[in-house]
Amino acid sequence: MLSVLTDNWELFVDGFWTTLRLFLIAGVLSLALGTVLAAFRVSPVPALRAIGTGYVNTLRNTPLTLVFAFLVFGAPKMEISLPTFFWSAVVALTVYTSAFVCEIVRSGVNTVPPGQAEAARSVGMTFMQVLGIVVLPQAFRAIVPPLTSVMIALLKNTTIAAGFSVAEAGAIPAVMAERGENQVATLVWITVGFLILIIPLVFLQRWAERRTAVA
Amino acid sequence: MSDSGTLTKTDLVALTGVNKHFGELHVLKDINLSIAKGEVVVVIGPSGSGKSTLCRAINRLEPIDEGTITLDGQPLPSEGKALAKLRADVGMVFQSFNLFAHKTILQNVTLGPCKVRKTDPKVAEQRAMELLERVGVANQAAKFPAQLSGGQQQRVAIARALAMDPKVILFDEPTSALDPEMIQEVLEVMIDLAKQGMTMVVVTHEMGFARTAANRVVFMADGEIVEQASPEEFFTNPTSRRAQDFLGKILKH
Ligand SMILES: Nc1ncnc2c1ncn2[C@@H]1O[C@H](COP(=O)(O)OP(=O)(O)OP(=O)(O)O)[C@@H](O)[C@H]1O
Ligand SMILES: [Mg+2]
Repeated sequence: MLSVLTDNWELFVDGFWTTLRLFLIAGVLSLALGTVLAAFRVSPVPALRAIGTGYVNTLRNTPLTLVFAFLVFGAPKMEISLPTFFWSAVVALTVYTSAFVCEIVRSGVNTVPPGQAEAARSVGMTFMQVLGIVVLPQAFRAIVPPLTSVMIALLKNTTIAAGFSVAEAGAIPAVMAERGENQVATLVWITVGFLILIIPLVFLQRWAERRTAVA
Repeated sequence: MSDSGTLTKTDLVALTGVNKHFGELHVLKDINLSIAKGEVVVVIGPSGSGKSTLCRAINRLEPIDEGTITLDGQPLPSEGKALAKLRADVGMVFQSFNLFAHKTILQNVTLGPCKVRKTDPKVAEQRAMELLERVGVANQAAKFPAQLSGGQQQRVAIARALAMDPKVILFDEPTSALDPEMIQEVLEVMIDLAKQGMTMVVVTHEMGFARTAANRVVFMADGEIVEQASPEEFFTNPTSRRAQDFLGKILKH
């Protein structure tokens, strides 16, 4: 059992390193894009709201595999070229995940009483200040738990990239099969790898929840 | 019946031909109202008559459909930075206080000056402490809003408005959410402000306040300004039928 891992150590390390990079880059980008989209959806400008809503409704209802396929096969035909399959995967994961992040941030914003934003507008804050200084900090507590779930889903969704020539952890089984290694042991080790990556997320959530549990 | 709405030099706030609908509901009907610098105007009227909407229209928390509103001669900008800048000059005190729940009492008062006016934090803090002292809650500065009584929270809200050095402060039923024993402490702060020459628009049914502090009472019903007069005149000798009915009802209680 252990030898399955040790004999193919480099394959596992390379695979999970790619998974981790995919996850971290797409995670940070989708947090940023999702928050911007949520700002669109609660903004006073109707055109921005429409863009936000259209984006979310489209991306949230499209299977992730299709998003990948579009970026890997479709985008080059439209003369949009991404440098590598890795970056195509980052973009696919980001555009998909940010739709979910947007909805979480938006519903978090809706948990903050409207009087808070009105008071902030009344002292002369701009829309961005109202959101950044008064509303989002108060929405944070409601945002953390569902956001952790979406981040865990993102981590697992990175395995779809294997189907599009990215050598992440999800691509390990195929290589192991070629090498004639035990498939069950391989899958067990991959599961262990994902658990190890998820644990810090769970701790991060606990920490964030404790930090925001003030009066 | 109502002021002409023409601008004179001392008009700080002027509403001219203001109309506002919520869907089918016509909530502000051709409102003309001007408020002079240093004037204290009490707005009174039955529930649903449009008092809050009128108040909120003045700092454009509610946009209007028709007419013009000017502050210090400047028409209200419709969006963005210019509007935010204008709002900084118009204080607002809400029925439900709306203190920033995640900030301390002191931060509630310094936030506006620091973020909007870019005042030096040290200076803002010193000024905030003076204001908290003035409204009698300086000893609560380090607490969070939820730890204060309603009366204390509302006094902090007044200090927060004052910290911006506003040209006018709008009060929308500032004492309606308070327990009876706390109403007086808030009214005293407001009477004090009035005496010091602050321009104020106050939606309230507190007739004691109207009589001591107001220069003028504006009576609204069904989205219209039905009558306006000095408090003395209005309470002892209302001319319109609707004002008579309304006063009859609230005086009985
Ligand atoms: N956001 C809104 N959407 C739809 N209708 C509204 C909205 N706000 C107020 N209204 C309606 O407009 C009318 C005037 O409301 P407004 O709050 O200005 O009255 P008010 O005089 O302040 O009443 P109260 O004494 O109850 O506070 C009411 O009929 C109210 O139901
Ligand atoms: Mg009201």
